[in-house]
Amino acid sequence: MAKPKLAVWKFASCDGCQLSILDLEDELLALAETVEIAYFLEASSKTVAGPYDLSLVEGSITTPHDAERIQDVRRQSHKLVTIGACATAGGIQALRNFADVKEFTKAVYARPDYIKTLETSTPIEDHVTVDFNLRGCPVDKKQLLEVVSAMTFGRKPMIAADSVCGECKARGSVCVAVAEGTPCLGPVTHAGCGAICPAYGRGCYGCFGPSDAANMPATARLLQAQGLSEDEIVRILRTFNAYAPAFREESEKHDAPNDQC
Amino acid sequence: MLSADQVKPGAQAVLSRADFDHLITVLQAEGYDVIGPTVDNGAVVYQEIDNAGALPEGVASRQAAGRYRLEKRADNALFGYIAGAQSWRPYLFQPSRTVWRAEKSGDELSFTEPEEPAPKMAFLGMRACELAAIELQDRVFMNGDAPDPDYAARRSGALFIAVNCGEAGETCFCVSMDTGPKVTRGHDLVLTELIAPDAHDFLVEIETEAGAEIARKLPLRAAEPQEVGRADAILAETAQSMGRALDTNGLKEILQDNQDAPQWGDVAERCLSCANCTLVCPTCFCNTTEDVTALDGESAERRQRWASCFNLDFSYLHGGPVRPSVEARYRQWMTHKLAHWIDQFGDSGCVGCGRCISWCPASIDITEEAAALRRHAEEADNGEN
Repeated sequence: MAKPKLAVWKFASCDGCQLSILDLEDELLALAETVEIAYFLEASSKTVAGPYDLSLVEGSITTPHDAERIQDVRRQSHKLVTIGACATAGGIQALRNFADVKEFTKAVYARPDYIKTLETSTPIEDHVTVDFNLRGCPVDKKQLLEVVSAMTFGRKPMIAADSVCGECKARGSVCVAVAEGTPCLGPVTHAGCGAICPAYGRGCYGCFGPSDAANMPATARLLQAQGLSEDEIVRILRTFNAYAPAFREESEKHDAPNDQC
Repeated sequence: MLSADQVKPGAQAVLSRADFDHLITVLQAEGYDVIGPTVDNGAVVYQEIDNAGALPEGVASRQAAGRYRLEKRADNALFGYIAGAQSWRPYLFQPSRTVWRAEKSGDELSFTEPEEPAPKMAFLGMRACELAAIELQDRVFMNGDAPDPDYAARRSGALFIAVNCGEAGETCFCVSMDTGPKVTRGHDLVLTELIAPDAHDFLVEIETEAGAEIARKLPLRAAEPQEVGRADAILAETAQSMGRALDTNGLKEILQDNQDAPQWGDVAERCLSCANCTLVCPTCFCNTTEDVTALDGESAERRQRWASCFNLDFSYLHGGPVRPSVEARYRQWMTHKLAHWIDQFGDSGCVGCGRCISWCPASIDITEEAAALRRHAEEADNGEN
């Protein structure tokens, strides 16, 4: 039986999730033996034409060209898995969705008229059907391996969608919200990172986006009680997963209209 | 010094603070990993300790709903804190473990269970509520239809050195649940810390032969009647100063008969559904198993890990979760813990340790929620009459 063909695609992103694949190190040889790495420009300029059994897609859609390209990737892919916050939620660049992108291009580029960009940064799932969204900024390499393995064997990936608190308690960390009053998005953030930040005394930044059962209004009240201002609540919710629906809807409630002028 | 034949189950003796290090040294010499209280990241946690210097000397833990802070005590008590941030649960019921591995070799499939020997652990500083919790977990993991061999191996090798609580915490309610503060069962040894201006001692009460074996190697002296009296007085005072109370009278029926009470919706507004209450609960036993395959398809593993009824996946059946709302999940947790548990195991699943109150980021208090439901039930009764 021929090895399944794997492709890795980049859209608007920092490449960090693709680097997580290269960072597999110990498992990379096993991966290369199991699948044919047919298209992965970050690793090799040598490419094999599609179609592909599994496509991993990094990045969000921010240009008219990419909006067309993702359709082509979907057509060539039997299974399509998004990897990382850009691909699953629009990424940090989705901050443009809350403002006027023309103002940004004017401020950043000497010749903004050369820039052809969309008003919004949107997740891949807004454009094509996605077989599995793997969260994280960046993705966790063990989870990545699990998804590739599951997709290769046609089984459900064992990726829990519950909150970071489960991982935090499993590793024996002390809750920073309760023991120190530190604002922490852990209770409403999708598990997967292994609760790294609370293990080092920091509150969770929400890198993996909202958990499947996030109670955002209650979280906002808790953040207020911990001393965060309305602006600070908007800021904590608007990072890598700003445009993920649960975070977006709550941040919009705290974003006073006069701030948008 | 007491003679060896005086040190036996049922005996009382005194260990001085100056000799306390001996206890840990003797345990280590007997091959035990000593797990005891220590300060880590702003809380008292139970970790492996090397010597008495690691104990939280002079540390107090102040607790409120959703709040935990360490403070300095006026004395040098070693066990002057309230029960630790996490119970002993992770040492017996592990957060995650491999249940078995399967290997493929040609057409042959072989299954192997991990053969790591269970650690021989001595738990130092166990509170009465925590011993009661382990008794409940024993019923689930050892006495049920499907005993858990990993739990059983860890449990059977463990030595339990308890401490009577010298004071109650703001979120404690063991008196309501009839589990404390006095250690009465499940332990091998129990200590009561006696601090006077000119003395710092531990009354040691020997419960089992395993406990006596350790005690015989300690420099113990006979207990004076007034020392036993002081220990009793300390416990009486602790029992009088519980920070919380849970009225259990008729509570099972109140919970089971009021599944549609508006209080469930009210708590769902506040509940983050983060599962912290179940993760710190010393009696919660739910777990799930996951099967994962290696990339090459030549091996697979079944893993067990903690699960929580607050997670959506927990009640996932074909088509979706049975309990999609926070309201349904909170109701499931509380009614199981305080009511259905009695039908299932013969006792309440709550031991009154207060961890679910202290460690709830949203400050939800199970005793207040129970009281609110009781008021609702009483009002409903009055309305009918």
